[in-house]
Amino acid sequence: MSDQDSPTTIELLTFQLAGQEYSLDIMSVREIRSWTRATPLPHAPACMRGVINLRGTVLPVMDLGERLGLPPRAQSDRAVIIVVTHGESMTGLLVDAVSDIIALTRDDLQPPPDMANGATTGMVSALTLIDERMVRVLDLAATVSLEEGLAA
Amino acid sequence: MSLNILAVDDSRTMRDMIRLALQPAGFTVHTADDGLHGIDVLDGIEPDAIITDINMPRMDGFGFIDAVRGQEQHRATPILVLTTEAAPELKARAREAGATGWIVKPFDPAKLVKALQMVAG
Amino acid sequence: MSTENDPMAEIRASFFIECEELLEALQDSLQIMDDGAEDGETINVVFRAVHSIKGGAGAFGLDALVRFAHRYETVMDEVRTGRMEADVAALKVFFQCADHLSDLVRHSRDGGADPAEQSAALLTRLDALLGEEGGSAEPEPEPEIEFQPTGLTLDLAALDDAPMGDLSDLPDLPPLDRLPDLPALSGVKTYTLHFAPEPELFETGNEPFMLLRALQELGTAHVTCDTSRLPAQKDLIPEQPYLSWTIELETEAEESEILSVFEFVEGLCSLKLTGAGEDAGSSELPDLSPEILPAASPTPEPLKQAEPEPVSPAPPPAPTTPAIAPKAPPAKAAAANTPAAVKSVVRVDLDRIERLVNLVGELVINQAMLSQSLEDANLPPHGDAISGLEEFQRLTRDIQDSVMMIRAQPVKSLFQRMSRIIREASAAVDKDVRLHTEGEATEVDKTVIERLADPLTHMIRNAVDHGLETPADRIAAGKPSEGQVKLTAAHRSGRVIIEVSDDGAGINRPRVLQIAIDKGLIPADSQLSDSEIDNLLFLPGFSTASTVSDLSGRGVGMDVVRTAIQALGGRIAITSTPGKGTIFSISLPLTLAVLDGMVIDTAGETLVVPLNLVVETLTFCAEDVSMIRPGQHVVRVRGAFVPVVDLGAELGYRPPLSNFEGAVALLIAHENGSRAALLIDNILDQRQVVIKGLDDGFFRAPGIAAATILGDGQIALILDPSDIINNAAQPPQERLVGASA
Repeated sequence: MSDQDSPTTIELLTFQLAGQEYSLDIMSVREIRSWTRATPLPHAPACMRGVINLRGTVLPVMDLGERLGLPPRAQSDRAVIIVVTHGESMTGLLVDAVSDIIALTRDDLQPPPDMANGATTGMVSALTLIDERMVRVLDLAATVSLEEGLAA
Repeated sequence: MSLNILAVDDSRTMRDMIRLALQPAGFTVHTADDGLHGIDVLDGIEPDAIITDINMPRMDGFGFIDAVRGQEQHRATPILVLTTEAAPELKARAREAGATGWIVKPFDPAKLVKALQMVAG
Repeated sequence: MSTENDPMAEIRASFFIECEELLEALQDSLQIMDDGAEDGETINVVFRAVHSIKGGAGAFGLDALVRFAHRYETVMDEVRTGRMEADVAALKVFFQCADHLSDLVRHSRDGGADPAEQSAALLTRLDALLGEEGGSAEPEPEPEIEFQPTGLTLDLAALDDAPMGDLSDLPDLPPLDRLPDLPALSGVKTYTLHFAPEPELFETGNEPFMLLRALQELGTAHVTCDTSRLPAQKDLIPEQPYLSWTIELETEAEESEILSVFEFVEGLCSLKLTGAGEDAGSSELPDLSPEILPAASPTPEPLKQAEPEPVSPAPPPAPTTPAIAPKAPPAKAAAANTPAAVKSVVRVDLDRIERLVNLVGELVINQAMLSQSLEDANLPPHGDAISGLEEFQRLTRDIQDSVMMIRAQPVKSLFQRMSRIIREASAAVDKDVRLHTEGEATEVDKTVIERLADPLTHMIRNAVDHGLETPADRIAAGKPSEGQVKLTAAHRSGRVIIEVSDDGAGINRPRVLQIAIDKGLIPADSQLSDSEIDNLLFLPGFSTASTVSDLSGRGVGMDVVRTAIQALGGRIAITSTPGKGTIFSISLPLTLAVLDGMVIDTAGETLVVPLNLVVETLTFCAEDVSMIRPGQHVVRVRGAFVPVVDLGAELGYRPPLSNFEGAVALLIAHENGSRAALLIDNILDQRQVVIKGLDDGFFRAPGIAAATILGDGQIALILDPSDIINNAAQPPQERLVGASA
């Protein structure tokens, strides 16, 4: 595709949410786990699925589809938890299925059009085309931060 | 030149300070916590010089010097006494017990090195 | 703050740790003296503790500390040498000085308010003690020595090929050498030295060769050796000084610098220094030694003293000077019999221990999970797997205990702080109080000890201020005027029990009840048992002192003590007997990493309630429960109405229950002393759980304190019942629901 050694090369983990493709910078991904039941946290926002036991660590799990305001869907066998690190913390992101790892350059990314349609805009930091399919690149910090977008 | 030193002091801080002062000068430093311990340690080493505190539990510096001097092979080993003040009476007692010289605490590392080289080569 | 790369900072840190140990030893020994139980060594321990603190402080330039310690040490030396008696009044000052020394050490370490201004008052008191008992003896003057020169030429430079370069430019000379600079000194001067060792010079391990070499470093030395006194070889007595030297020294060095070479041998030799162009005699040290002038016969001077002397294979004959004969060391036999009991200590970063504690926590969980899956596998009960598992369980338990012990510390340091509190508190209210301690060696988690200091301080102050009567009242009650406060620690069934008791008047229950009613804390017609009245002391804002005293009028009540104890997973109880005194008993977990929990089930969720807050379990009868208003119920528990908190509904797991018949509830002791019935579905188990922190960086669930991992690998939340009860007491619209950052 492009020059692998270029410093502007980035690798993205792509995954599916409600039939659409999203992606995250692979550098923030620690591991991918199959779905296990989470212990719910009382009075948590709807996107907080609860906490799971990740080898002795209590890992909060966020339903990414819910977080992005996507329509709810049936829990499938392919649902997985992507464990990401951000700063000092770790979070699990529940997604419908993991697709691929793709490498591309920063030049392949386009800023999202300013559609001002609510919370998701800030979380999608870029768009790109892979085999004529549009892939949304998520801004991890904005996604896992509940300080904005949840007050409503 | 590398000298083999035995330092006897019940204060961990003082032992650490002595080690810190002497090791960079290439000295090998053995330590003991009091007079009795010093005699035990002395058994396994042949120090070129000994540094000892006076006020220590179990066996004080005077007793320790006396005991060291009582050992044939250490009759002439230089022994420096660590004192907090240069009281003449303390010096006199230390010398009477057989001390070679004294170092006033807090000591300057360079001065300690110099004093040891002075008495032990 | 990393000290890893700075050895001085590391030694400084270790000095302060050592100071804590020394201060502890100091306190202990003063206490022993105060109890009249000292032996000859006790005062030496006191002296050495102060002395060592002074020594270390000097090395770090902690002047205020050095100054105070020095004076303190001087007085302790007077006591040590029997020139002064440590009576009750003196001991009181010594205790205050020990407290102050401890303040100065902490100030040197942590900064903050400078306690040094109190030094002056204490020093005055110390001096007053000295004044009464008479000061120290004057130091004896150094003996003076006479000198007789003789001569023979010898070039020292030819003897000495040892490298000297690194010694010639030492910047720092002993302070006593420093004289004011004289004008026009740049030129090289020539001095003449006559140097004749006495026998004692050798007996103290000094060596003329070294001295001559040191002179050589100062400039150009021409050395002549007088061998005229050397006896025939067969008559030669090792370590007898037969030789003397005359040195012509050309140097820029000052006279004082030259004399400093002979600092260690002053009085052990005759030494005469004559400056260039000056008259002799300015630095003459007269010789007191007897003349020894045997027949001359040249013998090489032994140059190195550390090696065995070739001429004397047998032990040397007794030296001719009897006064300094090497004596058989009196303590040598003891040295051989008593192996040195050296405690070896490793300093470990607390973070590393935390990590180990966490790993062991995981091991415990892992072992529980393994046990469960082996159980599910229906293995033969005596098979290898099951017996292996039992061994694994035992090892896990042992490892857990050992790891917890790393963090454990004896409560002694805490108790010592309390003895100081007693002294200060009793002085403030003018009561005579004696503190008795028991079980100081009892070990508790380090963090628990640190966090116990404040509540315990408050309880001790309370005991002195409120618990004990005034001396007059005590005498009127037929008690000794001196009040007793007892502080004990003990391990009991996996917990630590700490008790503070006094032999005072006991709780004045009618008055406590009246105050509680007056303050509107309880209804005026309340019928309370003795124990319930005693527990009123734990209500927020309760204060029994009719006049606000210096000690307790600080806006801190026993409710704060209780909250602090509960935050440590502990319980506090009170027992009082009129006329006999009051006992406060604290029960604490050994460590904060595990929690005694009650595992419960509500709306299909497994939860853990800290056992220390559970008073009892209840099973409701429908007629015991009454509705106050929609959604709010109370239940009758032995005549008292207790609010019902429906846990499943509070946590949003299910709608509120409407039928309470047969419902199970936990009676929870709320932190403010009130109670609530926490409605649950089932009690599953009662066990120790490993506490796992929740990352509350982006969401903190109300009512949840932490989490734990159960044997099946599932996470169970650990409840904070007080939070839940507080929330339930608020109107719904004010409740904390949803995200909080």
